[in-house]
Amino acid sequence: MIRSPKLWSWIAVILGALYFFLPLIGMFEFSLRARRGVYSFDAYANVLGDPQFRATFGFSLVMSLVTIVLGILIVTPTAFWVRLRLPHLRPAIEFITLLPLVIPPIVIVFGYIRLYNTSSWLPLTGSIMGTNVLLAFGYTVLSLPYMYRAVDTGLRTIDVRTLTEAAQSLGASWFTIIGQIILPNVLVAVLSGAFLTFAIVIGEYVLAALLNRPAFGPYMVWMGGNKAYEPAALAVIAFAITWGCMGLIQLATGLQKHTRGAR
Amino acid sequence: MTESTTTGGPIRRGRSEAWNWVGVAPFLLFALLFLILPTMQIVIGSFRNPAGDFTLANIAGLFSPQVMKPFWLSIRISLLTAFLGCLIGLILAAAVTRGGLPRAFRDGTLTFSGVASNFAGVPLAFAFIATLGRLGLVTVLLRDWFGINLAAAGFNLISFAGLAITYLYFQIPLMILIITPALDGLKPEWREAAQSLGASGNQYWRMVALPVLWPSLLGTFALLFANAFGAVATAMALTGSSLSIVPIILFAQIRGDVLGDPHLGYAIAFGMIVLTGIANLIYIVLRTRAERWLK
Repeated sequence: MIRSPKLWSWIAVILGALYFFLPLIGMFEFSLRARRGVYSFDAYANVLGDPQFRATFGFSLVMSLVTIVLGILIVTPTAFWVRLRLPHLRPAIEFITLLPLVIPPIVIVFGYIRLYNTSSWLPLTGSIMGTNVLLAFGYTVLSLPYMYRAVDTGLRTIDVRTLTEAAQSLGASWFTIIGQIILPNVLVAVLSGAFLTFAIVIGEYVLAALLNRPAFGPYMVWMGGNKAYEPAALAVIAFAITWGCMGLIQLATGLQKHTRGAR
Repeated sequence: MTESTTTGGPIRRGRSEAWNWVGVAPFLLFALLFLILPTMQIVIGSFRNPAGDFTLANIAGLFSPQVMKPFWLSIRISLLTAFLGCLIGLILAAAVTRGGLPRAFRDGTLTFSGVASNFAGVPLAFAFIATLGRLGLVTVLLRDWFGINLAAAGFNLISFAGLAITYLYFQIPLMILIITPALDGLKPEWREAAQSLGASGNQYWRMVALPVLWPSLLGTFALLFANAFGAVATAMALTGSSLSIVPIILFAQIRGDVLGDPHLGYAIAFGMIVLTGIANLIYIVLRTRAERWLK
């Protein structure tokens, strides 16, 4: 379109920019106010020096890595198998992977608490390790829609059938085929799902709070109720993490197009 | 899901068919244990009394005033932010795709929307407290520069309006992300055809563009509704528990049975599934309809 910019579109964009940038500027400015009368990074120093911050952030970091690994282990063989052997099951499997977007997370965790309580057949919430396992599987469920789509997109770019048959004729086992042929080929596509999973898990609140695990999300809420400037510093850190993950996703998608083009 | 309904080729039956199912067994087991059974537990529980017998009393309890009020509040906030999210998102998307602005605006808006739609939850609440809260940047600047006292003017961030303004921060970008491809699908030929028939810009939007976009708009509206309805962390961090929307009531109920009836908690969760389920169903149906025009 070669028309000159219209007035209304300028007004819309300027108002939109005000709405979207003011809270970002606001939280940054607020996070610098910890020392009276002068801007400083004290709030950040307080946060980063807080042992609770390190413990909860570390916990969520490990949780998100476990979730990513679990997601890859569960989703990759399934998406591969559905493409290769059970194409008629595709709609059903896809429907299941979309369910976590339909059922609110608070309902899912409510179900966990009732189903896996101490007096149930599988008392996962009875021990710390069991609760951690439950939390990791819960996060895997939350990330399922994104992970499945990422892996499936990756599989679309390779010829699954030919690769599998070639490997089979060379005597490869299913384990070898998935681990050494399929996974490396979809890894770049998996990355975009992995970064999104990371962004979701690192600040997640509801599951961690209701399962009573010391994660970063509940820590942030606790800070919000007890400190003035530190929460803003935490918000800045969280926003930086979200930006980082989205940037890495763009990078991964770019890389994917690049390798596909070179094929 | 039943195995007997599979329509696999008649050649690969018997042992081979069974072997095929082994490949997806881990996934199905995972989905069963951590997604389907927990949800079933809630759904079944909402039709049972504490003794385990079938009852409709819990569902009837949903219509008692103490439960209707939070549901109505949640529905209103979800409808309002979905509507405003759609409207403002459409205007912004139209401005950057059709407004004749430099291309960089479009790319920048889309990238930012990708980030902002994922910047929900606790940090988002903190950002708004730091901006529009009692000592927030905008509150202070309005007071010092323009002499406008937001609190005296009746504005309070910890309120229905405050929560709506905060929700829009992830609602509008989601709308932009979904509606931009639909706007790109509006072919220039349609506009030219309309113009050559003597239509004004206004008439083109009203009689050509909007009818084509209608399924996308309505579908996204449903998606935004579900998006706002299920949000817990943002509201929790912003308002504590002073604003009784459904997820916050459910949260308190799970923690400590504030309603004094565990099975009413099941019914509330079931009510949430029904509402977000219907909204998502509308979204999926309308999206398939909308995609017809984008080919």
